[in-house]
Amino acid sequence: MAKFQGVNINPARYHKSQLKFYFVLIPMALFIALPIIFIVSHAFKPENELFAYPPRFFVRVPTLQNFRDLVSIANESGIPFSRYLFNSFVVTVLGVTMSVLFTSTAAYALSKLKFTGKKVLFEINTIALMFVPIAVTIPRYLIIANLGMIDSYFVLILPLIAMPVGLFLVKQFIDQTPDELIESAKIDGASEMQIFFKIIVPIVSPALATVGILAFQLLWNDTSGSSLYINDERMKTLAFYFSTLGARTGNTVAGQGVLAAASLITFVPNIVIFIFLQSRVMNTMAHSGIK
Amino acid sequence: MISKINRPAWFITPYIVLFSVFILVPVLIAVGLSFTYFNTIETPEFIGLRNYIELLTRDEVFMQYVLPNTIKFAFIVGPVGYMMSFILAWMLAQIPHKPRTVLAIILYSPSMTSGIAMTVVWTVLFSGDPTGYLNSILLQLGIVTEPIQFLTSADYLMNIMIIVSLWGSMGVGFLAMLAGILNIDKSLYEAAYVDGLKNRWQEIFYITIPSMKPQMLFGAVMAVVGTFQAGAIGVMLSGGNPTPQYSGQLMVNHIEDYGFIRYLMGYASVISVVLLLLVYGISRTTFKLLGERH
Repeated sequence: MAKFQGVNINPARYHKSQLKFYFVLIPMALFIALPIIFIVSHAFKPENELFAYPPRFFVRVPTLQNFRDLVSIANESGIPFSRYLFNSFVVTVLGVTMSVLFTSTAAYALSKLKFTGKKVLFEINTIALMFVPIAVTIPRYLIIANLGMIDSYFVLILPLIAMPVGLFLVKQFIDQTPDELIESAKIDGASEMQIFFKIIVPIVSPALATVGILAFQLLWNDTSGSSLYINDERMKTLAFYFSTLGARTGNTVAGQGVLAAASLITFVPNIVIFIFLQSRVMNTMAHSGIK
Repeated sequence: MISKINRPAWFITPYIVLFSVFILVPVLIAVGLSFTYFNTIETPEFIGLRNYIELLTRDEVFMQYVLPNTIKFAFIVGPVGYMMSFILAWMLAQIPHKPRTVLAIILYSPSMTSGIAMTVVWTVLFSGDPTGYLNSILLQLGIVTEPIQFLTSADYLMNIMIIVSLWGSMGVGFLAMLAGILNIDKSLYEAAYVDGLKNRWQEIFYITIPSMKPQMLFGAVMAVVGTFQAGAIGVMLSGGNPTPQYSGQLMVNHIEDYGFIRYLMGYASVISVVLLLLVYGISRTTFKLLGERH
Protein backbone atom coordinates (compact mmCIF):
# COMPACT_ATOMS: atom_id res chain seq x y z
CA MET A 1 0.00 0.00 0.00
CA ALA A 2 1.24 3.44 -0.91
CA LYS A 3 2.45 5.41 2.03
CA PHE A 4 0.60 8.68 2.60
CA GLN A 5 3.03 11.24 1.26
CA GLY A 6 0.55 13.91 0.21
CA VAL A 7 0.72 17.63 0.59
CA ASN A 8 0.76 19.16 3.98
CA ILE A 9 -1.63 22.03 3.37
CA ASN A 10 -1.47 24.85 5.88
CA PRO A 11 1.18 23.24 8.11
CA ALA A 12 1.35 24.41 11.69
CA ARG A 13 5.11 24.83 11.79
CA TYR A 14 8.30 24.81 9.79
CA HIS A 15 9.64 21.53 8.56
CA LYS A 16 12.70 20.95 6.39
CA SER A 17 10.52 19.45 3.67
CA GLN A 18 9.21 22.96 3.11
CA LEU A 19 12.65 24.22 2.18
CA LYS A 20 12.10 23.53 -1.52
CA PHE A 21 9.12 25.88 -1.51
CA TYR A 22 11.03 28.66 0.22
CA PHE A 23 13.73 28.08 -2.34
CA VAL A 24 11.34 29.20 -5.07
CA LEU A 25 9.13 31.59 -3.13
CA ILE A 26 11.78 33.80 -1.57
CA PRO A 27 13.70 34.61 -4.78
CA MET A 28 10.36 35.17 -6.51
CA ALA A 29 9.20 37.53 -3.75
CA LEU A 30 12.50 39.38 -3.96
CA PHE A 31 12.16 39.77 -7.72
CA ILE A 32 8.60 41.05 -7.29
CA ALA A 33 9.54 43.38 -4.44
CA LEU A 34 12.55 44.85 -6.20
CA PRO A 35 10.72 47.56 -8.19
CA ILE A 36 8.82 48.57 -5.09
CA ILE A 37 11.96 48.73 -2.96
CA PHE A 38 13.45 50.78 -5.76
CA ILE A 39 10.57 53.27 -5.57
CA VAL A 40 11.08 53.65 -1.82
CA SER A 41 14.80 54.09 -2.18
CA HIS A 42 14.59 56.45 -5.15
CA ALA A 43 12.00 58.68 -3.50
CA PHE A 44 14.48 59.57 -0.75
CA LYS A 45 17.49 60.18 -2.96
CA PRO A 46 19.06 63.64 -3.05
CA GLU A 47 19.81 65.12 -6.46
CA ASN A 48 23.48 64.08 -6.58
CA GLU A 49 22.55 60.44 -6.00
CA LEU A 50 19.90 60.54 -8.72
CA PHE A 51 22.61 61.66 -11.15
CA ALA A 52 25.25 59.25 -9.88
CA TYR A 53 27.06 57.08 -12.41
CA PRO A 54 27.17 54.15 -12.13
CA PRO A 55 23.67 54.32 -10.63
CA ARG A 56 23.22 53.01 -7.11
CA PHE A 57 20.15 51.06 -6.14
CA PHE A 58 19.95 52.06 -2.48
CA VAL A 59 19.85 55.58 -1.13
CA ARG A 60 22.87 56.70 0.96
CA VAL A 61 21.89 60.02 2.44
CA PRO A 62 18.10 60.06 2.54
CA THR A 63 16.34 63.39 2.11
CA LEU A 64 12.75 64.58 1.99
CA GLN A 65 13.56 67.04 -0.79
CA ASN A 66 11.60 65.08 -3.42
CA PHE A 67 8.47 65.21 -1.30
CA ARG A 68 8.91 68.95 -0.75
CA ASP A 69 9.31 69.42 -4.51
CA LEU A 70 6.18 67.39 -5.07
CA VAL A 71 4.23 69.87 -2.99
CA SER A 72 5.91 72.98 -4.35
CA ILE A 73 5.47 72.00 -8.03
CA ALA A 74 1.74 71.84 -7.42
CA ASN A 75 1.64 75.07 -5.44
CA GLU A 76 3.60 76.91 -8.12
CA SER A 77 1.16 75.82 -10.80
CA GLY A 78 -1.62 77.55 -8.86
CA ILE A 79 -3.41 74.52 -7.47
CA PRO A 80 -2.29 73.79 -3.90
CA PHE A 81 -1.14 70.23 -3.31
CA SER A 82 -3.65 70.01 -0.48
CA ARG A 83 -6.44 70.60 -3.00
CA TYR A 84 -5.52 67.49 -5.01
CA LEU A 85 -5.22 65.54 -1.78
CA PHE A 86 -8.62 66.78 -0.64
CA ASN A 87 -10.22 65.83 -3.97
CA SER A 88 -8.77 62.35 -3.85
CA PHE A 89 -9.87 61.96 -0.26
CA VAL A 90 -13.47 62.99 -0.98
CA VAL A 91 -13.70 60.88 -4.13
CA THR A 92 -12.20 57.81 -2.46
CA VAL A 93 -14.21 57.97 0.77
CA LEU A 94 -17.53 58.62 -0.98
CA GLY A 95 -16.79 56.08 -3.69
CA VAL A 96 -15.75 53.28 -1.35
CA THR A 97 -18.76 53.87 0.89
CA MET A 98 -21.23 53.87 -2.00
CA SER A 99 -19.59 50.89 -3.66
CA VAL A 100 -19.69 48.78 -0.50
CA LEU A 101 -23.28 49.76 0.27
CA PHE A 102 -24.74 49.33 -3.22
CA THR A 103 -22.79 46.17 -3.95
CA SER A 104 -23.76 44.48 -0.71
CA THR A 105 -27.46 45.33 -0.87
CA ALA A 106 -27.61 44.08 -4.46
CA ALA A 107 -25.67 40.95 -3.52
CA TYR A 108 -28.07 40.26 -0.66
CA ALA A 109 -31.07 40.63 -2.95
CA LEU A 110 -29.54 38.34 -5.57
CA SER A 111 -28.66 35.78 -2.93
CA LYS A 112 -31.61 35.72 -0.55
CA LEU A 113 -34.59 37.73 -1.78
CA LYS A 114 -37.17 36.36 -4.17
CA PHE A 115 -38.02 38.32 -7.30
CA THR A 116 -38.32 37.63 -10.97
CA GLY A 117 -35.26 37.94 -13.15
CA LYS A 118 -32.72 37.49 -10.39
CA LYS A 119 -31.02 34.52 -12.06
CA VAL A 120 -30.69 36.49 -15.29
CA LEU A 121 -29.26 39.48 -13.45
CA PHE A 122 -26.59 37.36 -11.81
CA GLU A 123 -25.76 35.72 -15.14
CA ILE A 124 -25.33 39.14 -16.75
CA ASN A 125 -23.11 40.20 -13.88
CA THR A 126 -20.99 37.06 -14.24
CA ILE A 127 -20.54 37.75 -17.95
CA ALA A 128 -19.61 41.32 -16.99
CA LEU A 129 -16.65 39.91 -15.03
CA MET A 130 -15.12 39.68 -18.48
CA PHE A 131 -15.82 43.34 -19.14
CA VAL A 132 -12.82 45.47 -20.10
CA PRO A 133 -13.55 49.11 -19.17
CA ILE A 134 -10.95 50.59 -21.54
CA ALA A 135 -12.93 49.16 -24.46
CA VAL A 136 -15.87 51.48 -23.80
CA THR A 137 -14.06 54.71 -22.99
CA ILE A 138 -15.75 56.44 -25.92
CA PRO A 139 -19.40 55.49 -25.23
CA ARG A 140 -18.85 56.24 -21.56
CA TYR A 141 -17.63 59.67 -22.44
CA LEU A 142 -20.66 60.26 -24.68
CA ILE A 143 -23.04 59.20 -21.91
CA ILE A 144 -21.36 61.36 -19.29
CA ALA A 145 -21.29 64.39 -21.58
CA ASN A 146 -24.98 63.93 -22.43
CA LEU A 147 -25.95 63.60 -18.79
CA GLY A 148 -24.20 66.93 -18.14
CA MET A 149 -21.89 65.36 -15.57
CA ILE A 150 -18.64 66.81 -16.93
CA ASP A 151 -16.78 68.74 -14.21
CA SER A 152 -18.46 67.25 -11.17
CA TYR A 153 -17.15 65.00 -8.45
CA PHE A 154 -19.79 62.43 -9.35
CA VAL A 155 -18.11 61.67 -12.61
CA LEU A 156 -14.96 60.67 -10.75
CA ILE A 157 -16.98 58.33 -8.54
CA LEU A 158 -20.04 56.87 -10.22
CA PRO A 159 -18.44 55.09 -13.20
CA LEU A 160 -16.22 53.08 -10.84
CA ILE A 161 -18.79 52.04 -8.25
CA ALA A 162 -20.59 49.14 -9.90
CA MET A 163 -17.88 46.47 -9.84
CA PRO A 164 -19.06 43.13 -11.23
CA VAL A 165 -16.23 41.39 -9.35
CA GLY A 166 -17.39 42.97 -6.10
CA LEU A 167 -21.01 41.92 -6.53
CA PHE A 168 -19.90 38.46 -7.54
CA LEU A 169 -17.70 37.99 -4.46
CA VAL A 170 -20.24 39.29 -1.96
CA LYS A 171 -23.08 37.28 -3.48
CA GLN A 172 -21.07 34.06 -3.30
CA PHE A 173 -20.21 34.90 0.29
CA ILE A 174 -23.81 35.61 1.33
CA ASP A 175 -24.85 32.31 -0.27
CA GLN A 176 -22.98 30.59 2.59
CA THR A 177 -25.14 32.12 5.33
CA PRO A 178 -27.95 29.76 6.33
CA ASP A 179 -31.52 30.75 5.41
CA GLU A 180 -32.70 29.74 8.90
CA LEU A 181 -30.98 32.80 10.32
CA ILE A 182 -33.03 35.08 8.12
CA GLU A 183 -36.21 33.06 8.65
CA SER A 184 -35.99 33.29 12.43
CA ALA A 185 -35.35 37.03 12.29
CA LYS A 186 -38.45 37.37 10.12
CA ILE A 187 -40.51 35.48 12.65
CA ASP A 188 -39.27 37.97 15.25
CA GLY A 189 -40.73 40.69 13.09
CA ALA A 190 -37.59 42.13 11.50
CA SER A 191 -37.93 43.81 8.11
CA GLU A 192 -35.66 42.98 5.18
CA MET A 193 -33.62 46.14 5.71
CA GLN A 194 -33.19 45.36 9.40
CA ILE A 195 -32.19 41.81 8.59
CA PHE A 196 -29.68 43.10 6.08
CA PHE A 197 -28.03 45.64 8.38
CA LYS A 198 -28.28 43.78 11.69
CA ILE A 199 -27.67 40.18 10.62
CA ILE A 200 -26.15 39.98 7.16
CA VAL A 201 -23.68 42.88 7.30
CA PRO A 202 -21.82 41.62 10.40
CA ILE A 203 -21.58 38.11 8.95
CA VAL A 204 -20.35 39.17 5.53
CA SER A 205 -18.03 41.90 6.74
CA PRO A 206 -14.97 40.08 5.28
CA ALA A 207 -16.54 40.28 1.83
CA LEU A 208 -17.42 43.93 2.37
CA ALA A 209 -13.82 44.65 3.37
CA THR A 210 -12.72 42.99 0.15
CA VAL A 211 -15.06 45.09 -1.98
CA GLY A 212 -13.86 48.12 -0.06
CA ILE A 213 -10.24 47.35 -0.90
CA LEU A 214 -10.95 46.73 -4.56
CA ALA A 215 -12.96 49.95 -4.77
CA PHE A 216 -10.23 51.83 -2.94
CA GLN A 217 -7.61 50.64 -5.42
CA LEU A 218 -9.77 51.69 -8.36
CA LEU A 219 -10.71 55.10 -7.00
CA TRP A 220 -7.43 56.09 -5.40
CA ASN A 221 -5.32 55.04 -8.40
CA ASP A 222 -7.67 56.30 -11.11
CA THR A 223 -6.37 58.96 -13.47
CA SER A 224 -8.68 58.51 -16.44
CA GLY A 225 -11.68 60.15 -14.76
CA SER A 226 -9.76 63.35 -14.11
CA SER A 227 -8.21 63.44 -17.54
CA LEU A 228 -11.33 62.62 -19.56
CA TYR A 229 -14.26 64.13 -17.69
CA ILE A 230 -12.81 67.01 -15.67
CA ASN A 231 -11.66 70.25 -17.26
CA ASP A 232 -11.47 72.27 -14.05
CA GLU A 233 -7.96 71.76 -12.72
CA ARG A 234 -9.15 72.36 -9.14
CA MET A 235 -11.32 69.23 -9.22
CA LYS A 236 -8.71 66.76 -10.41
CA THR A 237 -7.29 64.08 -8.17
CA LEU A 238 -3.91 63.43 -6.66
CA ALA A 239 -3.30 60.40 -8.88
CA PHE A 240 -3.97 62.57 -11.91
CA TYR A 241 -1.61 65.29 -10.68
CA PHE A 242 1.05 62.63 -10.19
CA SER A 243 0.51 61.33 -13.71
CA THR A 244 1.27 64.79 -15.12
CA LEU A 245 4.54 65.14 -13.19
CA GLY A 246 6.61 63.56 -15.95
CA ALA A 247 5.61 66.35 -18.31
CA ARG A 248 5.93 69.03 -15.62
CA THR A 249 9.46 68.09 -14.68
CA GLY A 250 10.39 67.61 -18.34
CA ASN A 251 11.22 63.93 -17.84
CA THR A 252 14.57 64.89 -16.36
CA VAL A 253 16.72 62.76 -14.11
CA ALA A 254 16.06 65.17 -11.23
CA GLY A 255 12.36 64.70 -11.91
CA GLN A 256 12.66 60.95 -11.35
CA GLY A 257 13.07 61.48 -7.63
CA VAL A 258 9.85 63.47 -7.55
CA LEU A 259 8.06 60.83 -9.61
CA ALA A 260 9.24 58.11 -7.26
CA ALA A 261 8.00 60.11 -4.29
CA ALA A 262 4.62 60.42 -6.01
CA SER A 263 4.47 56.68 -6.72
CA LEU A 264 5.31 55.97 -3.11
CA ILE A 265 2.54 58.23 -1.83
CA THR A 266 0.08 56.50 -4.17
CA PHE A 267 1.19 53.03 -3.16
CA VAL A 268 1.45 53.32 0.63
CA PRO A 269 -2.27 53.70 1.47
CA ASN A 270 -3.05 50.71 -0.77
CA ILE A 271 -0.62 48.38 0.93
CA VAL A 272 -1.37 49.58 4.46
CA ILE A 273 -5.08 48.96 4.03
CA PHE A 274 -4.44 45.60 2.43
CA ILE A 275 -2.15 44.47 5.24
CA PHE A 276 -4.79 45.36 7.80
CA LEU A 277 -7.58 43.60 5.97
CA GLN A 278 -5.73 40.72 4.30
CA SER A 279 -7.18 37.98 6.51
CA ARG A 280 -10.69 39.14 5.62
CA VAL A 281 -9.80 39.18 1.94
CA MET A 282 -8.53 35.61 2.13
CA ASN A 283 -11.68 34.61 3.92
CA THR A 284 -13.75 36.10 1.08
CA MET A 285 -11.67 34.52 -1.62
CA ALA A 286 -12.39 31.09 -0.20
CA HIS A 287 -15.92 31.55 -1.57
CA SER A 288 -14.89 33.23 -4.80
CA GLY A 289 -15.39 30.32 -7.15
CA ILE A 290 -17.43 30.37 -10.34
CA LYS A 291 -19.81 27.44 -10.03
CA MET B 1 -43.48 53.51 3.38
CA ILE B 2 -41.46 51.18 5.54
CA SER B 3 -42.84 48.12 3.83
CA LYS B 4 -41.92 49.64 0.46
CA ILE B 5 -38.30 50.11 1.49
CA ASN B 6 -38.13 46.39 2.02
CA ARG B 7 -38.93 45.49 -1.54
CA PRO B 8 -36.09 43.86 -3.47
CA ALA B 9 -36.06 46.84 -5.83
CA TRP B 10 -34.53 49.03 -3.10
CA PHE B 11 -31.68 46.62 -2.71
CA ILE B 12 -30.79 46.23 -6.34
CA THR B 13 -31.77 49.49 -8.01
CA PRO B 14 -28.67 51.58 -7.16
CA TYR B 15 -26.34 48.89 -8.40
CA ILE B 16 -28.39 48.13 -11.48
CA VAL B 17 -28.68 51.78 -12.45
CA LEU B 18 -24.91 52.33 -12.20
CA PHE B 19 -24.19 49.01 -13.87
CA SER B 20 -26.51 49.91 -16.74
CA VAL B 21 -25.32 53.46 -17.22
CA PHE B 22 -21.60 52.77 -17.08
CA ILE B 23 -21.23 49.18 -18.26
CA LEU B 24 -24.24 47.79 -20.10
CA VAL B 25 -25.32 50.85 -22.10
CA PRO B 26 -21.73 51.76 -23.09
CA VAL B 27 -21.30 48.26 -24.49
CA LEU B 28 -24.56 48.58 -26.44
CA ILE B 29 -23.57 52.03 -27.71
CA ALA B 30 -20.20 50.66 -28.80
CA VAL B 31 -22.00 47.95 -30.75
CA GLY B 32 -24.34 50.55 -32.26
CA LEU B 33 -21.57 52.99 -33.17
CA SER B 34 -19.58 50.22 -34.78
CA PHE B 35 -22.05 50.30 -37.68
CA THR B 36 -21.65 54.04 -38.20
CA TYR B 37 -19.27 56.70 -39.38
CA PHE B 38 -18.92 59.09 -36.45
CA ASN B 39 -16.37 61.89 -36.19
CA THR B 40 -17.81 63.37 -32.95
CA ILE B 41 -18.94 66.56 -34.71
CA GLU B 42 -21.59 65.37 -37.15
CA THR B 43 -24.31 62.94 -36.14
CA PRO B 44 -23.34 59.29 -36.64
CA GLU B 45 -24.10 58.04 -40.14
CA PHE B 46 -25.16 54.42 -40.61
CA ILE B 47 -22.76 52.59 -42.90
CA GLY B 48 -23.54 48.96 -42.17
CA LEU B 49 -20.64 46.58 -41.94
CA ARG B 50 -18.15 48.85 -43.67
CA ASN B 51 -16.08 49.43 -40.50
CA TYR B 52 -15.82 45.70 -39.90
CA ILE B 53 -14.82 45.06 -43.50
CA GLU B 54 -12.26 47.84 -43.31
CA LEU B 55 -10.79 46.43 -40.09
CA LEU B 56 -10.44 42.95 -41.53
CA THR B 57 -9.31 43.81 -45.04
CA ARG B 58 -7.79 47.29 -45.21
CA ASP B 59 -6.32 48.15 -41.82
CA GLU B 60 -2.75 47.04 -42.42
CA VAL B 61 -1.57 48.25 -39.03
CA PHE B 62 -4.24 46.16 -37.35
CA MET B 63 -3.54 42.99 -39.29
CA GLN B 64 0.24 43.33 -39.39
CA TYR B 65 0.96 44.61 -35.90
CA VAL B 66 -1.95 45.12 -33.54
CA LEU B 67 -3.61 41.73 -33.85
CA PRO B 68 -0.41 39.63 -33.85
CA ASN B 69 0.97 41.73 -30.97
CA THR B 70 -2.21 41.35 -28.97
CA ILE B 71 -2.29 37.62 -29.56
CA LYS B 72 1.38 37.19 -28.71
CA PHE B 73 1.07 39.34 -25.59
CA ALA B 74 -2.15 37.68 -24.43
CA PHE B 75 -1.04 34.12 -25.12
CA ILE B 76 2.15 34.57 -23.15
CA VAL B 77 1.06 36.82 -20.30
CA GLY B 78 -2.31 35.11 -19.77
CA PRO B 79 -1.30 31.45 -19.46
CA VAL B 80 2.14 32.09 -17.92
CA GLY B 81 0.70 34.53 -15.38
CA TYR B 82 -2.09 32.08 -14.59
CA MET B 83 0.27 29.16 -14.11
CA MET B 84 2.64 31.27 -12.02
CA SER B 85 -0.29 32.30 -9.83
CA PHE B 86 -1.33 28.70 -9.34
CA ILE B 87 2.15 27.32 -8.69
CA LEU B 88 3.03 30.10 -6.25
CA ALA B 89 -0.32 29.72 -4.49
CA TRP B 90 0.20 25.96 -4.29
CA MET B 91 3.64 26.42 -2.73
CA LEU B 92 2.43 29.13 -0.37
CA ALA B 93 -0.31 26.82 0.88
CA GLN B 94 2.36 24.39 2.07
CA ILE B 95 4.25 26.71 4.38
CA PRO B 96 3.10 27.96 7.81
CA HIS B 97 0.69 30.83 8.19
CA LYS B 98 3.02 33.68 9.12
CA PRO B 99 5.62 33.41 6.34
CA ARG B 100 2.78 32.61 3.95
CA THR B 101 1.00 35.85 4.77
CA VAL B 102 4.13 37.95 4.36
CA LEU B 103 5.08 36.33 1.05
CA ALA B 104 1.50 36.49 -0.27
CA ILE B 105 1.32 40.21 0.45
CA ILE B 106 4.59 40.77 -1.39
CA LEU B 107 3.51 38.71 -4.39
CA TYR B 108 0.18 40.52 -4.56
CA SER B 109 1.64 43.99 -4.03
CA PRO B 110 2.22 44.84 -7.73
CA SER B 111 -1.54 44.60 -8.22
CA MET B 112 -1.93 47.50 -5.85
CA THR B 113 0.34 49.78 -7.82
CA SER B 114 -1.12 51.69 -10.69
CA GLY B 115 0.50 51.30 -14.08
CA ILE B 116 1.21 54.98 -14.44
CA ALA B 117 2.75 55.28 -11.00
CA MET B 118 5.20 52.51 -11.79
CA THR B 119 6.31 53.95 -15.14
CA VAL B 120 9.16 55.76 -13.39
CA VAL B 121 10.65 52.45 -12.26
CA TRP B 122 10.64 50.90 -15.69
CA THR B 123 11.91 54.02 -17.40
CA VAL B 124 14.84 54.20 -15.00
CA LEU B 125 15.57 50.46 -15.02
CA PHE B 126 15.36 50.15 -18.80
CA SER B 127 16.54 53.63 -19.72
CA GLY B 128 18.44 53.85 -23.01
CA ASP B 129 21.08 56.01 -21.28
CA PRO B 130 24.25 54.45 -19.91
CA THR B 131 22.79 55.53 -16.56
CA GLY B 132 19.83 53.18 -16.97
CA TYR B 133 20.26 50.41 -14.40
CA LEU B 134 20.15 47.50 -16.78
CA ASN B 135 22.33 49.22 -19.36
CA SER B 136 24.81 50.24 -16.69
CA ILE B 137 25.11 46.64 -15.52
CA LEU B 138 25.44 45.30 -19.07
CA LEU B 139 28.10 47.91 -19.87
CA GLN B 140 30.09 47.16 -16.73
CA LEU B 141 29.99 43.44 -17.38
CA GLY B 142 31.17 44.14 -20.90
CA ILE B 143 28.18 42.35 -22.45
CA VAL B 144 27.38 45.37 -24.59
CA THR B 145 29.52 48.29 -25.71
CA GLU B 146 26.66 50.64 -26.52
CA PRO B 147 23.60 51.13 -24.32
CA ILE B 148 20.54 49.33 -25.69
CA GLN B 149 17.44 51.42 -26.41
CA PHE B 150 15.15 49.03 -24.55
CA LEU B 151 12.04 51.16 -24.53
CA THR B 152 12.23 52.85 -27.89
CA SER B 153 13.49 49.96 -29.98
CA ALA B 154 11.01 47.70 -31.68
CA ASP B 155 13.15 44.66 -30.83
CA TYR B 156 12.84 44.94 -27.08
CA LEU B 157 9.65 46.80 -26.27
CA MET B 158 7.30 43.81 -26.53
CA ASN B 159 9.49 41.60 -24.34
CA ILE B 160 9.73 44.25 -21.68
CA MET B 161 5.96 44.71 -21.78
CA ILE B 162 5.57 40.99 -21.21
CA ILE B 163 8.00 40.95 -18.27
CA VAL B 164 6.41 43.98 -16.65
CA SER B 165 2.92 42.50 -17.08
CA LEU B 166 3.98 39.15 -15.64
CA TRP B 167 5.46 41.02 -12.71
CA GLY B 168 1.98 42.29 -11.91
CA SER B 169 0.01 39.17 -12.73
CA MET B 170 -0.50 37.85 -9.19
CA GLY B 171 -3.81 39.59 -8.61
CA VAL B 172 -7.22 38.78 -7.22
CA GLY B 173 -7.22 35.46 -9.06
CA PHE B 174 -4.01 34.48 -7.29
CA LEU B 175 -5.57 35.24 -3.90
CA ALA B 176 -8.66 33.24 -4.85
CA MET B 177 -6.58 30.22 -5.86
CA LEU B 178 -4.55 30.43 -2.65
CA ALA B 179 -7.73 30.48 -0.59
CA GLY B 180 -9.11 27.65 -2.69
CA ILE B 181 -6.12 25.39 -2.07
CA LEU B 182 -6.14 26.14 1.65
CA ASN B 183 -9.77 25.11 1.89
CA ILE B 184 -9.53 21.70 0.28
CA ASP B 185 -10.63 19.00 2.66
CA LYS B 186 -7.52 17.13 3.82
CA SER B 187 -9.30 13.81 4.01
CA LEU B 188 -9.68 13.94 0.21
CA TYR B 189 -5.92 13.58 -0.12
CA GLU B 190 -5.71 10.78 2.37
CA ALA B 191 -8.51 8.87 0.71
CA ALA B 192 -6.92 9.33 -2.70
CA TYR B 193 -3.60 7.94 -1.52
CA VAL B 194 -5.34 4.94 -0.05
CA ASP B 195 -6.95 4.51 -3.46
CA GLY B 196 -3.54 4.34 -5.08
CA LEU B 197 -2.52 7.89 -5.95
CA LYS B 198 1.19 7.68 -6.65
CA ASN B 199 2.84 11.07 -6.73
CA ARG B 200 2.58 14.82 -6.43
CA TRP B 201 1.63 15.30 -10.07
CA GLN B 202 -1.28 12.93 -9.84
CA GLU B 203 -2.26 14.61 -6.65
CA ILE B 204 -2.31 18.06 -8.25
CA PHE B 205 -4.26 16.93 -11.30
CA TYR B 206 -6.66 14.48 -9.64
CA ILE B 207 -7.30 16.17 -6.31
CA THR B 208 -6.08 19.73 -5.97
CA ILE B 209 -7.28 21.27 -9.23
CA PRO B 210 -10.64 19.47 -9.43
CA SER B 211 -11.39 20.34 -5.79
CA MET B 212 -10.81 24.03 -6.36
CA LYS B 213 -12.22 24.26 -9.86
CA PRO B 214 -14.53 27.19 -9.01
CA GLN B 215 -11.51 29.22 -7.91
CA MET B 216 -9.55 28.04 -10.94
CA LEU B 217 -12.31 29.37 -13.19
CA PHE B 218 -12.49 32.67 -11.32
CA GLY B 219 -8.72 32.97 -11.55
CA ALA B 220 -8.88 32.25 -15.28
CA VAL B 221 -11.38 35.03 -15.92
CA MET B 222 -9.31 37.44 -13.89
CA ALA B 223 -6.17 36.42 -15.83
CA VAL B 224 -7.82 36.93 -19.21
CA VAL B 225 -9.36 40.27 -18.29
CA GLY B 226 -6.18 41.47 -16.61
CA THR B 227 -4.14 40.59 -19.66
CA PHE B 228 -6.28 42.53 -22.10
CA GLN B 229 -6.61 45.40 -19.67
CA ALA B 230 -2.83 45.70 -19.35
CA GLY B 231 -2.49 46.91 -22.94
CA ALA B 232 -1.83 50.55 -22.10
CA ILE B 233 1.60 49.59 -20.85
CA GLY B 234 3.42 49.81 -24.18
CA VAL B 235 2.39 53.42 -24.64
CA MET B 236 3.45 54.25 -21.08
CA LEU B 237 6.83 52.61 -21.44
CA SER B 238 7.74 54.03 -24.83
CA GLY B 239 6.14 57.36 -24.07
CA GLY B 240 3.89 57.68 -27.11
CA ASN B 241 1.01 56.31 -29.12
CA PRO B 242 1.70 54.76 -31.60
CA THR B 243 4.56 52.81 -30.06
CA PRO B 244 7.87 52.64 -32.01
CA GLN B 245 7.13 50.91 -35.33
CA TYR B 246 3.92 49.64 -33.73
CA SER B 247 6.04 47.09 -31.87
CA GLY B 248 4.07 47.40 -28.64
CA GLN B 249 0.73 48.34 -30.18
CA LEU B 250 -2.13 46.36 -28.65
CA MET B 251 -5.84 46.58 -29.31
CA VAL B 252 -6.54 49.05 -26.50
CA ASN B 253 -3.91 51.39 -27.97
CA HIS B 254 -5.45 51.01 -31.41
CA ILE B 255 -8.81 52.06 -29.94
CA GLU B 256 -7.22 55.12 -28.39
CA ASP B 257 -5.38 55.92 -31.58
CA TYR B 258 -8.58 55.98 -33.64
CA GLY B 259 -10.88 57.28 -30.93
CA PHE B 260 -8.93 60.03 -29.24
CA ILE B 261 -6.23 60.91 -31.73
CA ARG B 262 -8.06 60.59 -35.07
CA TYR B 263 -11.60 61.02 -33.69
CA LEU B 264 -12.98 58.19 -35.80
CA MET B 265 -15.35 56.93 -33.13
CA GLY B 266 -17.28 54.50 -35.30
CA TYR B 267 -14.13 52.76 -36.36
CA ALA B 268 -12.73 52.78 -32.82
CA SER B 269 -15.98 51.15 -31.67
CA VAL B 270 -15.45 48.24 -34.04
CA ILE B 271 -12.12 47.58 -32.39
CA SER B 272 -13.81 47.83 -28.97
CA VAL B 273 -16.44 45.31 -29.98
CA VAL B 274 -13.84 42.92 -31.36
CA LEU B 275 -11.84 43.31 -28.13
CA LEU B 276 -14.84 42.54 -25.92
CA LEU B 277 -15.74 39.53 -28.06
CA LEU B 278 -12.17 38.32 -27.91
CA VAL B 279 -12.08 38.52 -24.09
CA TYR B 280 -15.43 36.77 -23.90
CA GLY B 281 -14.44 34.09 -26.39
CA ILE B 282 -11.12 33.37 -24.73
CA SER B 283 -12.71 33.20 -21.26
CA ARG B 284 -15.32 30.76 -22.56
CA THR B 285 -12.69 28.63 -24.26
CA THR B 286 -10.66 28.56 -21.06
CA PHE B 287 -13.74 27.43 -19.17
CA LYS B 288 -14.23 24.60 -21.65
CA LEU B 289 -10.58 23.55 -21.40
CA LEU B 290 -10.65 23.57 -17.61
CA GLY B 291 -14.02 21.90 -17.55
CA GLU B 292 -13.32 19.13 -20.05
CA ARG B 293 -10.04 17.99 -18.63
CA HIS B 294 -11.68 16.80 -15.45
